[in-house]
Amino acid sequence: MNTKVDVRDVSLNYRKMNVIDQVSFTMETGKTYGLIGRNGAGKTTLLSLLTGFRLPDAGDIQVNGEPLFENRMMMPKVNLIYPADYADESDNAKSYFETAEKYRPHFDRAYAEELAEKFGFPVKKPINKLSTGMQSAFNATLGLAARTEVTLFDEVYNGMDAPTREAFYQEFVREQERHPRIMVLSTHLVSEMDYLFDHVFMLHNQKLIADAPTDELQSRAFTVTGGQALVDEVTKQMAVIHEEELGGMKRAVIYDANNDVKQKEAAEAGLGIGAVTLQDLFIYLTGGGNGHE
Amino acid sequence: MDASFDDQKPIFIQIKEKIEDQIVNGYLQEDEKIPSTTQMVDFYKVNHLTISKGMNLLADEGVIYKKRGVGMFVAEGAQRKVKQQRKASFADDYVRPMMQEAEKLGLSEDEVNHLIQQVRRGDRG
Repeated sequence: MNTKVDVRDVSLNYRKMNVIDQVSFTMETGKTYGLIGRNGAGKTTLLSLLTGFRLPDAGDIQVNGEPLFENRMMMPKVNLIYPADYADESDNAKSYFETAEKYRPHFDRAYAEELAEKFGFPVKKPINKLSTGMQSAFNATLGLAARTEVTLFDEVYNGMDAPTREAFYQEFVREQERHPRIMVLSTHLVSEMDYLFDHVFMLHNQKLIADAPTDELQSRAFTVTGGQALVDEVTKQMAVIHEEELGGMKRAVIYDANNDVKQKEAAEAGLGIGAVTLQDLFIYLTGGGNGHE
Repeated sequence: MDASFDDQKPIFIQIKEKIEDQIVNGYLQEDEKIPSTTQMVDFYKVNHLTISKGMNLLADEGVIYKKRGVGMFVAEGAQRKVKQQRKASFADDYVRPMMQEAEKLGLSEDEVNHLIQQVRRGDRG
């Protein structure tokens, strides 16, 4: 079944502070969305709005044309996975899986147990006795195995070691192929996960500053390298988002929707052209010292 | 089958070239199934849309073909086809950059030819 999520002009205030500022975007089944932003950019708040946990102060969120907030039909279809506090949770993973099977119509218990083995956490030990990384792996398992139409992972890798993260990414790709859904991965660790994103939402200072297919977003940016004077001359009329110098050489990063023309201009002037990773683009676009923490 | 990429060419082109390499080197034979998109996503850590873009180019060129519900396979005559294409672009891809570097260094054509002979005889690594 195809699901479409429409977020229209959504704003949210918290203690008179604007925490989400007029955000609009759409999502559809089969795509993986990378929600990236610095600490305090509003990622978690946006995800809780997408889960229908809170009502925006302005704008609305619809799923297949129906309002999301407190919608009984929608609640079982949307699943937010976040680093929960399990300090008082003495149940084990096995009993969680049994409960999930009752509340999540598509929950696959056999698959959940397979994942537990693959991610290496014990299913019979109380959740509060598991390490942070294992609790995260347990969360990731609930998200993958529930097969909800909208699956939102908020910083799911918290404390997971590198092999477990890698195993999670592999399973993530397989699941999205076998059971396509709307998947959202929020993160500020972009370089490790960028290949999972089909589409990127970049949040900065409570606003959505980029909303584009990943390859398209990346192709808007490129680097030019050459002698300092020449780089300055050629990039005078271009949108430079970052520059650095080394021994008379200069590298400037250009971010421009009209990138083809600009790139050609720079190449013809004799400058070296290079690509920009999503991680670097994220740093250059949000690195103005306005992040929190 | 190096899993690294350079930033001079779009990734989907490099994916295409990596598959071509496997065909030219004979690792992938005619009518053999090529790795699935998911396997390549795992291996190269590249988005599946980018992998598909590279594979579609190869399919358009008739180097690989699709069997519905099964996957992509190496087409008959694929190796010959890829070699022909690479011969056609050999001058642009290898000779021109070499000449540009030679010019920068002030190496004459004779000197360059001499170096080619030396490399061919194995006098130089």
